[in-house]
Amino acid sequence: MCGIVGIYLKNDDLNSTLGQMLAAMLVEMSDRGPDSAGVALYRDPVAASSCKLTLHAATDYDWSALQSKLAAHISADVALRVHASHAVITAATDVDRVRTWLKAEHADVRVMSAGSAIEIYKEKGLPREFVEQFKLHELNGSHALGHTRMATESAVTTEHSHPFSTGMDLCLVHNGSLSNHNRLRRKLRDEGVDIQTDNDTEVAAGYLMWRLREGDTLEAALERALVDLDGFYTFAIGTKDGFAVLRDPIACKPAVMAETDDWVAMASEFRAIAQLPGVEHATIWEPSPATVYTWGRG
Amino acid sequence: MTTFDLKTDSVRELNQHLHDNPSVDVAVSNPGGQHCVACGIDTAVDVVIDGHVGYYCAGMNKTADVTITGNAGPGVAENMMSGSVRIKGNASQYAGASGHGGTLVIEGDASSRCGISMKGIDIVVAGNVGHMSAFMAQKGRLVICGDAGDHLGDSLYEAQLFVRGKVGELGADCIEKEMTTEHIENLAALLADSGVQADAKDFRRYGSARTLYNFHVDNANDY
Repeated sequence: MCGIVGIYLKNDDLNSTLGQMLAAMLVEMSDRGPDSAGVALYRDPVAASSCKLTLHAATDYDWSALQSKLAAHISADVALRVHASHAVITAATDVDRVRTWLKAEHADVRVMSAGSAIEIYKEKGLPREFVEQFKLHELNGSHALGHTRMATESAVTTEHSHPFSTGMDLCLVHNGSLSNHNRLRRKLRDEGVDIQTDNDTEVAAGYLMWRLREGDTLEAALERALVDLDGFYTFAIGTKDGFAVLRDPIACKPAVMAETDDWVAMASEFRAIAQLPGVEHATIWEPSPATVYTWGRG
Repeated sequence: MTTFDLKTDSVRELNQHLHDNPSVDVAVSNPGGQHCVACGIDTAVDVVIDGHVGYYCAGMNKTADVTITGNAGPGVAENMMSGSVRIKGNASQYAGASGHGGTLVIEGDASSRCGISMKGIDIVVAGNVGHMSAFMAQKGRLVICGDAGDHLGDSLYEAQLFVRGKVGELGADCIEKEMTTEHIENLAALLADSGVQADAKDFRRYGSARTLYNFHVDNANDY
């Protein structure tokens, strides 16, 4: 069992309250996932010539040193924000150049997300502790996904926590378990997809990354996932412009959606959505099995 | 009338009050999608829950009449023995699962596995039901005024299924059966009791072909 939440703001005036809304939803899903918590926020997009990466490393990491070394390497400004064990850097260069440099110079740093707007934070522990540690209430943004994890098939570590990055400005959260992830992991590694843990959801994320790289649209990749992924799942997929939801054909894993004039929300349970302002006027429904739902400015 | 506001009162306090066999009706506000609201009642009391509830609302109900003005999460009225549960909105998965008696009325749609393993309960759904509804249903009636999803009545025993709208692919051993005058009269009475406006003559009846659960002598050597 895990908890998933997603919020997409239709009304930009609410952007400053995104973190508060997300935090309330996430904490409400603590019973479904007390082992770890994570969020992907889409906020403050950078210029097309720049990139934004969320990095994770051991506590008390010397991020300033990394910042100045990277700035010297690319001969351009690098901005840095530190959030607990994570840091967000924006640099006037392309992502691949930063990734290659990090691999060579800072192999102990893990890239959590990359793109122009996405920021991913995740950590072991109760959702409430996570929210306080990362000062989630203070973060603005246009849309966000969150996950509370109750681990069933692999270890409880930050690396095994959700969301998983699936490419530029893309991420995945999952409630359920996949039964063919070992075979699929081998296949994806043969295809050159970098999968770092034994976690089943990371395989689903890698699968989407592979399909998108092969030219599928997100919708086509998700339709194909219905054929290739065996197991139980409710997925929420964050994109630069919105989010998508997919449930497996059996649809044991719960999901509720709600929409008002101001926002669209999804969650494993209604009680997470019940935290949102204006919920009394929301249209509420359960997403159908094996059906791709998408929202976005697209 | 006793009132509980679940923003300040706990579900445990509410349920303990209901288990102490109250003689006056109970009104519950701000359920906020919480779980197990009004479970295990064993007394003839009216309970009105104003809002949306989470998992297992009104489970194991006996003789009480519970009304939910909003939507219900998974497992509403699970294992009901008697009394009634009415949902004015939609119900999530496995509504009325394993119910032995009483009446469950869903004024909106029900999701997948509605009435799974039902054992005597009557379920009336004014809207549609999802896939695998009435799976292994043993006894009772499931009335669907809208459409039914795929695999309706899979591995069905002796529950009776009535559908007014379209039916997806039928489940294993579930077949359409004749709708006799007696069936129409019984269904009309159930619809009238449930307060759902529909003409019994518009429904088709489905039941078990009885090939899965009856011993067949040709299979004797397999045992």
